[in-house]
Amino acid sequence: MRYLLIYFLFFNTFLSAKTIPICSDCEVKLVSDGVRMASDFDTLLIKKGTYKEFNILIDKPLTLLGENYPVIDGEDQGEIIRIVSDNVTVDGLFIINVGTSYTSDYAAIRVVKSENYLIQNVVLEKLFFGIYLEKSNNGKVYHNKIIGDAVDEYNSGNGIQLWYSHNVVVDRNIVQGVRDGIYLEFSDNVTINNNTSANNLRYGLHFMFSNDDVYTNNVFENNGAGVAVMFSKRIKMIGNTFRKNWGTAAFGMLLKEINDAEISGNTFEENTIGINIEGSNRIQYTNNNFIKNGWAVKVLGACYTNTFTKNNFLYNSFDISYNSRLNDNVFDQNFWSDYTGYDLDKNGVGDVPYRPVKLFSYIVNKTPETIVLLRSLFMDIIDFSEKVSPVFTPDNLLDVNPLMKQVL
Amino acid sequence: MLKILKYSFYDLIRSRWSYVYFLFYLILGFVLLFLNNDVSKAVITLMNIIIILVPLIGTIFGVMYYYNSKEFIELLLAQPIKRSSIFLGQYLGVAGSLTLSLVLGLGIPFVLYGLFKSDAIFDFTLLLVTGAFLTMIFTALSFNIALSNENKIKGFGYAVLLWLFLAVIYDGLFLMSLIIFKEYPLDSFSLAATMFNPIDLSRTLILLKLDISALLGYTGAVFKQFFGTNQGLIISMLMLVLWTVVPIWRLVYKSKKKDF
Repeated sequence: MRYLLIYFLFFNTFLSAKTIPICSDCEVKLVSDGVRMASDFDTLLIKKGTYKEFNILIDKPLTLLGENYPVIDGEDQGEIIRIVSDNVTVDGLFIINVGTSYTSDYAAIRVVKSENYLIQNVVLEKLFFGIYLEKSNNGKVYHNKIIGDAVDEYNSGNGIQLWYSHNVVVDRNIVQGVRDGIYLEFSDNVTINNNTSANNLRYGLHFMFSNDDVYTNNVFENNGAGVAVMFSKRIKMIGNTFRKNWGTAAFGMLLKEINDAEISGNTFEENTIGINIEGSNRIQYTNNNFIKNGWAVKVLGACYTNTFTKNNFLYNSFDISYNSRLNDNVFDQNFWSDYTGYDLDKNGVGDVPYRPVKLFSYIVNKTPETIVLLRSLFMDIIDFSEKVSPVFTPDNLLDVNPLMKQVL
Repeated sequence: MLKILKYSFYDLIRSRWSYVYFLFYLILGFVLLFLNNDVSKAVITLMNIIIILVPLIGTIFGVMYYYNSKEFIELLLAQPIKRSSIFLGQYLGVAGSLTLSLVLGLGIPFVLYGLFKSDAIFDFTLLLVTGAFLTMIFTALSFNIALSNENKIKGFGYAVLLWLFLAVIYDGLFLMSLIIFKEYPLDSFSLAATMFNPIDLSRTLILLKLDISALLGYTGAVFKQFFGTNQGLIISMLMLVLWTVVPIWRLVYKSKKKDF
């Protein structure tokens, strides 16, 4: 809405702004010629057709509007659009064949040190980097589709990359088949909503040194290693879905050195590891669903004062896994599908505490090969004896108020 | 041999135990599906039961049947019949009726609850096949024990011990050795160790079809690579066949030498 208002403002103030049509039969045949001829706040109307161009430098506030998805073919030569001016809009283009380089990160659309940009309805294929925001604040990346064909990590780029870009909104994009779907580095106050990031080589979403970001209602599916959130503070993750991240080192979400985050209403389904936590403190986990994961939550150490409340742990092979006997985290009022206790006073809370860490998960941590004994009678017997009198697992790690019914 | 097979088969069918066994699985199948109403979830619960109960019942039943029909066997031995066909007939009669009870008892409720429409049909078939194999294997093993021990109490004791060993103790030893030798690469060792225990083999085989996400962690990938492929499936099946054939062969061999 705010952006719309800005545009209306522009149209009213600069009535002189004109539209320059670009097509193979028009006066202007190339986008770069159009940019050169245009004056500030003009609109370039790019009609359907194929434009073999690269290194299009947009150095004045323009609107590039594609009609019926004109194709801009970079012929693997290099970068395609570089925006170095504020107030630029790119809308409705189909950009293919971005060049691959090992020395510079060629992108389909790169925004450099500019503000108030809007990139929407763009389709990118055969790319190296997709949309690269570099030191550019206050922009919006909306409803784009990025379909890569990356095979190896070393010669592929990221779908949407933010580098030192604050206050950006990334909304309703679809990213697949690139290295990292969405990558953030040193970018604060970024909002990432309603995106789908699937089938990427490495991470669906990758956070590094970015604080105060929010991501809600995104779907991350079948990525090489899931989602990684590292070295960031005060992140909010709400209502996301992490699904089917399978593999030898895959997880739904990896948290490393994350402090004061809020993780609620997310669904982790059929991942090898739901959440892998390392060195993360003061995180609130509420109302999440962990369904059919190998490990729902794997705690690797140095994690203090985290609280898990009102989560559903359903049919995971292991609910919680710890690698030490020390526990400073709180588990309270969760629903555990493995809970076998009773509720005599019928208050909806089980009368016997639940111990989410099984001895077997401790053993598997020490000797991974023992996973082959999963669900054997012997394991059930020693799990039971450990449950009765904990020796190896943290004895204060228990949910005192396990719920009898699922949290809705 | 077929005639003796027929006699012992009918004898078992006439006796109440086959019915009890059949009804047990029938009720179990219906109750599980009634409580779950989800074919694929019921398969997981069934797996736990099958890998524990089927070997136990096979062992006990085999020993019991052999000792019970000892007089009949001695009678048959007086007739001009080949020894191998007497014992093979007896064995196949017991194993066959047990397998039939298992397959029908579990099959009927699942088919009624729409197995053919569910995608769990492959898992379920695998479950029944391994169940059948376990019955054959453990009946053969128990026949061997009974044949080698005249003393009934001793025979029963050994049979129960055998079950206990393969169902529980073996895994314990396996686990200990994995923990002790954890500094070494253990992937192929653990693969081999599962192969040498029919219960473990069946469990792993079924599990890799079901609990895939957990097993895909580090080492899980190795197992998945082996058991998950067709080649692994064929090798495991061959191993189960071997587990069935070797005790039967020993049964025939021993019975020929034995002085009654």
